[in-house]
Amino acid sequence: MKIADKTSDASNPFQSADAVQIDNISRRTFIKQFALSGFVLAVGMPLLRADETAAPKANPKFGADAMPHGWVDNPLVFVAIAADGTVTIVCHRSEMGQGIRTSLPMVVADELEADWARVRIVQAPGDEARYGNQDTDGSRSTRHFFMPMRRVGAAAKQMLEAAAAAHWRVPVSEVKAVQHQVLHTPSGKAIGYGELAKAAAKLPVPTGDALRLKKPEEFRYIGKGKQGLYDGRDIVSGHAMYGIDTQIKGLLYAVVARPPVLGGKVASYDASAALKLPGVIKVVELPSTPLPAAFNPLGGIAVIAKNTWAAIQGRNALKIEWDHGQHASYDSVVYKAEMETAARQPGKVVRQQGDVDAALQGAAKRLEAEYYLPHLAQAPMEPPASTARIVKGQCEVWACTQAPQLARELVAKWLKLPEDKITIHVTLLGGGFGRKSMPDYVVESALLSQAMQGKPVKLTWTREDDLHHSYFHTVSLERLEAGLDAQGKPIAWLHRTVAPSISATFGPDSKQQMPVELGMGVINVPFVIDNLRIENPQAAAHTRIGWFRSVSNIPHAFAVQCFVAEMAAAAGRDHRDFLLDLIGPARSIDPNNLGDTWNHGESPAIYPVDTGRLRRVIETVTREAGWGRSLAKGRGLGLAAHYSFLTYVAVVVEVAVDETGKLSIPRVDIAVDCGPQVNPERIRSQLEGACIMGVSLATQGEISFKNGAVQQDNFHAYQITRIDDAPREIKVHLLPAAQFDSPLGGVGEPAVPPIAPALCNAIFAATGQRIRQLPIKEQLLKD
Amino acid sequence: MITLNINGKRRKVDLPSDTPLLWVLRDQLGMTGTKFGCGMAVCGACMVHIDGEPTRACVTPISTLATKKIVTIEAMAQDETGKKVQESWLAQGVPQCGYCQSGQVMSATALLKNQPKPSDADIDKAMSGNLCRCGTYPRIRAAIKQAAGIGEVQA
Ligand code: FES
Ligand code: FES
Repeated sequence: MKIADKTSDASNPFQSADAVQIDNISRRTFIKQFALSGFVLAVGMPLLRADETAAPKANPKFGADAMPHGWVDNPLVFVAIAADGTVTIVCHRSEMGQGIRTSLPMVVADELEADWARVRIVQAPGDEARYGNQDTDGSRSTRHFFMPMRRVGAAAKQMLEAAAAAHWRVPVSEVKAVQHQVLHTPSGKAIGYGELAKAAAKLPVPTGDALRLKKPEEFRYIGKGKQGLYDGRDIVSGHAMYGIDTQIKGLLYAVVARPPVLGGKVASYDASAALKLPGVIKVVELPSTPLPAAFNPLGGIAVIAKNTWAAIQGRNALKIEWDHGQHASYDSVVYKAEMETAARQPGKVVRQQGDVDAALQGAAKRLEAEYYLPHLAQAPMEPPASTARIVKGQCEVWACTQAPQLARELVAKWLKLPEDKITIHVTLLGGGFGRKSMPDYVVESALLSQAMQGKPVKLTWTREDDLHHSYFHTVSLERLEAGLDAQGKPIAWLHRTVAPSISATFGPDSKQQMPVELGMGVINVPFVIDNLRIENPQAAAHTRIGWFRSVSNIPHAFAVQCFVAEMAAAAGRDHRDFLLDLIGPARSIDPNNLGDTWNHGESPAIYPVDTGRLRRVIETVTREAGWGRSLAKGRGLGLAAHYSFLTYVAVVVEVAVDETGKLSIPRVDIAVDCGPQVNPERIRSQLEGACIMGVSLATQGEISFKNGAVQQDNFHAYQITRIDDAPREIKVHLLPAAQFDSPLGGVGEPAVPPIAPALCNAIFAATGQRIRQLPIKEQLLKD
Repeated sequence: MITLNINGKRRKVDLPSDTPLLWVLRDQLGMTGTKFGCGMAVCGACMVHIDGEPTRACVTPISTLATKKIVTIEAMAQDETGKKVQESWLAQGVPQCGYCQSGQVMSATALLKNQPKPSDADIDKAMSGNLCRCGTYPRIRAAIKQAAGIGEVQA
């Protein structure tokens, strides 16, 4: 029997569907806000108060409470127990390599006292009214669902215990659930979960004070990381199913030729040659969406065929004339110069204390530097892919998506069907990194099925499509100026941050960064400097800007942490000591006092900025890496530290640069304080992966535009770090949380930002050469 | 009509002879373990063994395969070396998203069949054609060493 069938949404007290603040980085919040009231980040309002443009709230919500559809902790929704004792646990967050399909069900199983070997995991379709928020992004899954999933497991266990006590007619205090059975200690009797499930499902769900969670010392799985990846065996044997792998009887295959320039349209096209090719079935035009594009498809010409190869051949044979539209002159070289000009003039002040200009005037030493980071593409190894079919007014989709509920809402809108006629099945994701939070490709597949009278159509994005039409990481120019006094103490800090904003993808381009972007390590630097000013000059967007793993933290950390190293050198001091002094003594800071009104959507009371924790990761990583040790010629150590996603990270990179200028990375040490560690083994793998992604973007990553179009076609031009160039050794140092009930930090993203600056600082230590423009590419090579 | 020998079975394929093996496997035969990542021989996601040689299926037209033995990831559990690689992959917790891992396992298995005790340089050479966007390289290296019975596996 399935107790999961018995859910009653009416009795579920946990659905809080009201709108959230614009400041929450939820992708959905954007479209909701824009749909309701247009672009609400009013230009001209003081930016620090932009959050207040959302409806005023008597009790502001934070964390999971503030996300669309909040959270659900009803065991009848998440757990089913079969008569044979098999425990089925629903995972409602998307698996994209972070291990969430293992970690969250493991939390349920632990509290439930389920034997992991008898647990099965099923993936929830997009349905947030039932499961709570499903936007798998922002390093939030474990942070927001650790406690709800504990309650799910604990409540289910208590229901089983109550059923056993009733069965034996003994007081419930005499029974205890242990590893898939309930024991009655006085009599020595035992009964399995499978036998109890039916009766247990009829009992009231314990909540509130009636709920008894385990003490941390009673955890079997949580914090141990011994479970192994649930999907591991399927993965290594080729049986894991990703979005691109969907197989349905009668499946058709499609690729789309999209406008090369954002906002472009098909002027005319000739499909006659394509239609003559073997396997090509049909060519259809998809409507283009007026800008801002938001999550809507870009339009173009689709080729539908008997297999993917025939569809690609058909697309190659299309003759299309494009009307390129307003962004046809976007050119990365020109744009960089524009950003430099903007950065060299005053911009909107977003935080200020003291008198920076006077302090700079009076400084014994002044420094300035500009740091450039180009656009990046997430380039998950599995490109976007989605399959749809429409049968009798019901649309079913199989997709690798980070945002299944959002995909559902959009498909409903485009097909003009009610939302409950749309089912989004979530497959495994072959990487996401933010790209698959944006479900334009899911909508495309639904439109293609519609064009084929509802037949199942699988849409595949080729790698060229992925690199040409992603929602790119922003491009940025960060300009910093600082003044030191005669003792080398920093007395002035001026940071101008110039970068087109993600908000431009969703509304009229404000040309300013939003609080969520500024709160990613530019406005909220916890430095002890009397005179400090942060400015945000304008920058217009000419492509779809979107989320890339760790988002604006990447350029901000790159600039800030490289510049601090430059300041230390100018002051003649050790970088580590200088950085610790700049951070100052251990203290707890209200992020509002740093101008950060966003704070990752979390409560400033629960999640203050804790400089003690930041100091500790720096002290740990420098100790473990042997900071200050003597190195051979051409070798160097570089340090960087960054706080993001409520997690504290410090990194020491060791580089070796040979006589020809060839760079290698023998070792990276990473110290991380992310609060309590639910699955330390997967935390380590996420940190290793973040490190390599950081190295990859620092050494190779660049998407550039010419005549409005992306210049990189495939992995030969958009290089990803390979095994021979990856760090040879990555040592992860996890700092244990003081207590298991202290607040959790994010894990998936926060190790990316400090890698590039630590690497560049190490290169300086090894060679004396400052890298201020990424990617490094050939900059070190001697001719 | 071309007859292919895939994992020891004869499969009839009625597609143009320039069709790459990758799409025959995935779309025609439903063998989706072999992945698409680039379509131009630069990522390794589509790695298969052809007469024992690691080969990229995305650029291998079926016209060249009539007399060859094709082995895919789906057969690795029945291969002595392949099985060992899979087990060490799981023991080291290599996969993250897992999408590249079919190709990684195929390349690693081919390596170990050729060189049962590979050096780091051998591993670099054999594995540098396989991209992993999740960054599982340190564990791939450790898992290959474990499968090869070479020490210094990281704790
Ligand atoms: S898909 Fe064949 S090498 Fe990339
Ligand atoms: S595990 Fe995700 S690409 Fe390699």
